[in-house]
Amino acid sequence: MNNFIQVNDVYFQYDTDEENSKFALNGISMNISKGEFVAIVGHNGSGKSTLAKHFNSIYLPTTGNVIVDGMNTKDDEHIFDIRKKVGLVLQNPDNQIVAGIVEEDVAFGCENLGIPPAEIRQRVDNSLKAVDMYDYRRHSPDKLSGGQKQRVAIAGIIAMEPECIVLDEPTAMLDPQGREEVISTITKLNKEYGITIILITHYMEEAVMADRVIMMDSGKVLTEGTPREVFSQVELLKKHRLDVPQATELIYKLKGCGFEVPDCVLNEEECVQALLKIMKTNSVGE
Amino acid sequence: MSVIKTENLKFVYGAETSFEKVALSDVNIEIEHGEFVGIIGHTGSGKSTLVQLLNGLLKPTEGKIYLDGKDIWENPKKIRNVRFKVGMVFQYPEYQLFEETVYKDISFGPKNMGLSDEEIDERVHTSAEFVGLKEELLQKSPFELSGGEKRRAAIAGVIAMDPDVLILDEPTAGLDPLGRDVLLSQIQEYHNIRKNTILLVSHSMEDIARIADRILVMNHGHKVMLDTTENVFSKGSELEKMGLRVPQITKIMMLLRQNGINVDSTVLTVEQGFNEIVKYLGSN
Repeated sequence: MNNFIQVNDVYFQYDTDEENSKFALNGISMNISKGEFVAIVGHNGSGKSTLAKHFNSIYLPTTGNVIVDGMNTKDDEHIFDIRKKVGLVLQNPDNQIVAGIVEEDVAFGCENLGIPPAEIRQRVDNSLKAVDMYDYRRHSPDKLSGGQKQRVAIAGIIAMEPECIVLDEPTAMLDPQGREEVISTITKLNKEYGITIILITHYMEEAVMADRVIMMDSGKVLTEGTPREVFSQVELLKKHRLDVPQATELIYKLKGCGFEVPDCVLNEEECVQALLKIMKTNSVGE
Repeated sequence: MSVIKTENLKFVYGAETSFEKVALSDVNIEIEHGEFVGIIGHTGSGKSTLVQLLNGLLKPTEGKIYLDGKDIWENPKKIRNVRFKVGMVFQYPEYQLFEETVYKDISFGPKNMGLSDEEIDERVHTSAEFVGLKEELLQKSPFELSGGEKRRAAIAGVIAMDPDVLILDEPTAGLDPLGRDVLLSQIQEYHNIRKNTILLVSHSMEDIARIADRILVMNHGHKVMLDTTENVFSKGSELEKMGLRVPQITKIMMLLRQNGINVDSTVLTVEQGFNEIVKYLGSN
């Protein structure tokens, strides 16, 4: 099936008893294909975290439906199957670690699924290797850095062999290196293991790594497309309180002044290449 | 005289137990009145331990801390006064709101300082204004506020103590780009008006580049640099070895220089980088 996750016209209210309660999601529809890497961006209160919790039936739509691999998240019968398929990683690594030893923590999810011990051993080893934390398997999680803890949390999810991982601002509390470790782990899981990734982030430098960027505002999808399509709309992004990478902004400004640069660059390498082109041409005429 | 001075500061967690861990050693820093200092370093580099030592929450294992020239541990019974002088905003300070109303929460610090009701009232209003918290929110429960408003209320509670030194540990973590911009501008504005000393711990090199006069770089419990923002960010490769980065715009200018383009690579903001490139293109 191509449409792994289908979100059909979903509205969501936190408090359905109150008459004028605001809709956190305001008519969202989207499809996510198997193996896709999707980034969801939007300012605080745009509804992105609310949406994230709809992907594995932590929240259920007030109206509309979320279908995961053919199963409706509202269907009680499928709730555990859905959660097996879609794992969730949260912002604060300290809130997600339950055991006193790394490998025990990674095994926790599998134990709950009733997997035989020998297989758990196998899965735990493989997942720790996938996130490059195998050497730390006997360590105590509280001695790890934020990036390492977050990778342990991701390993715990991978051990359950999900088809999709949803990450809700997984790098917000990490230092620059921790951020890079987590993002390269996510990219690897997507490219090498074919796991579908839904990454919710405020960091546009991370969103540019995705196949597709979905931008949310007021509980709706504002725009979506490849990172290049989305980030070329600098004015729209700024209007909706979003950042663009500094490299993108610089080139956008130069373009506005009539310099011959591409419409959109996404990272420092592309930016430097574009600049070298105009700066070197200019110095030829010296 | 410097407002804060440390002498061979050392701190060991779990000293004399099997969990002993040296978090800081040989830290000698001097910070002048009215400075805005950014503190950067990877997770576990000792930043948070250092700031907790500076306001007397932790006691040094060795070494001394001077506040306005006075050893803060000279009389341990008076350490409370140090905490009034050195205000500390922790990470995710909104988790510490506890009162019935925002007004009561902000007035908690000044009340403990034994100020008069009029003085407290004035301080609540001015600090709420500094952080851009609307007047009508003061009578609400802190739990009715949005995440960004809660953060502001918590910061206002520390500002209300009118500290000579204000320490903020990751004040913008988890805020969206606009929320981050606005809060940083408010902190800067507060600094400009109050002319007090501010220490800002952050993982965002872009934020630090925008706002700090000087930067303290911590690595494995040691001070490795304490220098102007320009000088620190001109050492890109050294910072990268410590798990830190320079702002993307600074990196772009450095790469241009490496490719033989003679531009100034000490730029810290997109605006500066843009101007530098336009200047280069115009003169060639």
